[in-house]
Amino acid sequence: MTDTQRSQGLHLGVIALLAAAFFILPTYHVGNLSRIMVLAIYAIGYNFLFGYTGLLSLGHALFFAAGMYGLGLSMELFDLSAAPALIVGLASALVVSAVIGFLALRTSGVSFMIVTLMFAQAGYLTILYFGSYTRGDEGFVIPQADRAMFGFDLSNDTTRYFAALLLFSICFLAVARLVQSPFGRTLIAIRENEERARMLGYNTVSHKLKAVIISGTISGLAGAAYALLFGYAGATFATVQYSIFPLLWVLLGGAGTTIGPLIGVIFMFYLIDLSSSITSAYMLIAGVVLVLLTLFAPQGLAGELRKRVFKWMP
Amino acid sequence: MDAMNILSTKGLTKAYGGIKANTDIDFVLPRGKTMALIGPNGAGKSTFVGMLCGRIPATSGDVFFEGQNINALAAHQRISLGIAYTFQITSVFAGLSLHENVALAARRRLGTDTAAVNAKVADVLARVGLTERTDQIAGDLSYGHQRLLEIAMGLAQDPRLFILDEPTQGLADSEVADFIALINALAGETTILLIEHNMHVVMQTAAYITVLNGGEILAAGTPDEIHANEAVQAAYLGTTTNA
Repeated sequence: MTDTQRSQGLHLGVIALLAAAFFILPTYHVGNLSRIMVLAIYAIGYNFLFGYTGLLSLGHALFFAAGMYGLGLSMELFDLSAAPALIVGLASALVVSAVIGFLALRTSGVSFMIVTLMFAQAGYLTILYFGSYTRGDEGFVIPQADRAMFGFDLSNDTTRYFAALLLFSICFLAVARLVQSPFGRTLIAIRENEERARMLGYNTVSHKLKAVIISGTISGLAGAAYALLFGYAGATFATVQYSIFPLLWVLLGGAGTTIGPLIGVIFMFYLIDLSSSITSAYMLIAGVVLVLLTLFAPQGLAGELRKRVFKWMP
Repeated sequence: MDAMNILSTKGLTKAYGGIKANTDIDFVLPRGKTMALIGPNGAGKSTFVGMLCGRIPATSGDVFFEGQNINALAAHQRISLGIAYTFQITSVFAGLSLHENVALAARRRLGTDTAAVNAKVADVLARVGLTERTDQIAGDLSYGHQRLLEIAMGLAQDPRLFILDEPTQGLADSEVADFIALINALAGETTILLIEHNMHVVMQTAAYITVLNGGEILAAGTPDEIHANEAVQAAYLGTTTNA
């Protein structure tokens, strides 16, 4: 079996496992998994920029929120139905990431982190400022009746689960394919040694801009899907916390691996879920586990697996 | 510009604050030949080639490649015209395999044609003698092998002009001999501009030599002419033991 066949087997296996989980797991966990898969889309988008291109952004909540509010506000204010609203959400994320990418890529390293963080803060404050439309921190609920697409009621647990699985699978497989393509390999080259990539004749600035746009648009899709499937849009999702989450997920799961984002979200989700059932100081337990993982598995769970066991893992 | 020369410069100058690293350099590089650029440490050799390939912006002056003024082109655009550059301080993709390192160099030109890229990779790795290490991670190679990998990455671009910045630095004697054979095999195929400290390598490979001293061209000519040049002897050859 070649490495390519193995990775395809792995990716399809993960999707099959998620589909089977719906029939095996109790309702509580099925509900969790719907949420996890949508957040994993967000992590996949983040991983594309951080794990594969080597750009650490602290402002991805802005792209997530662009998708979320693009969909939410167009449904709330302009009575669009779900399908066109989803496209508006994607388009908003694309435009926002193109503009932010264009401006922020004039910097690199720590400055890039700070500039993206500042833009995201500005975005968050803008949402609060236009509170009469966005309802600020309180947010707004997307009525259950509107959450339907192509005749499917997306507020129903079953359709919601499979809608999340469908979107996750598309992003998961598309990014897995993209990072194996010449374009993706050039991004990896930029991550490894940007100056060398430039001196091989690659326009590294335009490559990085494309990476920001792809990453931001996938993150925006996650935001739009979250609003649509769970029926709520709020400014909390634009806070710095939601910029840090994908970084944590990707670091824990394994930056620069295709399955790392999903693993990271599952791990973090259940870490908080389980520790909060033990004590109210659950963040203390989560914190200790995170420190231990960073110490003993610095490449993340999937990263360590790849290093030690499955060297072929994409 | 005349068809004889692939590259030339006019009045090329680089100043860092008040200090001039290169002053008014008028330089011509004959097509298809190997030219060595020599000079003592700090003579401005790396600054000069840095300005040729666009890594270092020139303060003033012009660079012509194939008769075209390329002042306004960014580094990656100059590379796309067919200028390959190897770094003085080894700069490979340390986390990637040798195959992927060379494939990245080949892919920019060959695009998505995987078969052509793979053939190119196999060809150039064989040329530098790294075939059996194809699947190793570049960062695990010895320093000498990393230098050879750099050369392979240059070759994979099928450059019209190949600029090598101190390629034999840190190579073992046997590897230096292989390198000389490699450069001589390329002669006629492509134009080579070699920054080199090892006079043995220079004398064995170069058809022409340009001597830089204090940021200015001190002399230019064939190896015999340079050897006989008194100014060069005073400034440079006289201070080395292996000349």
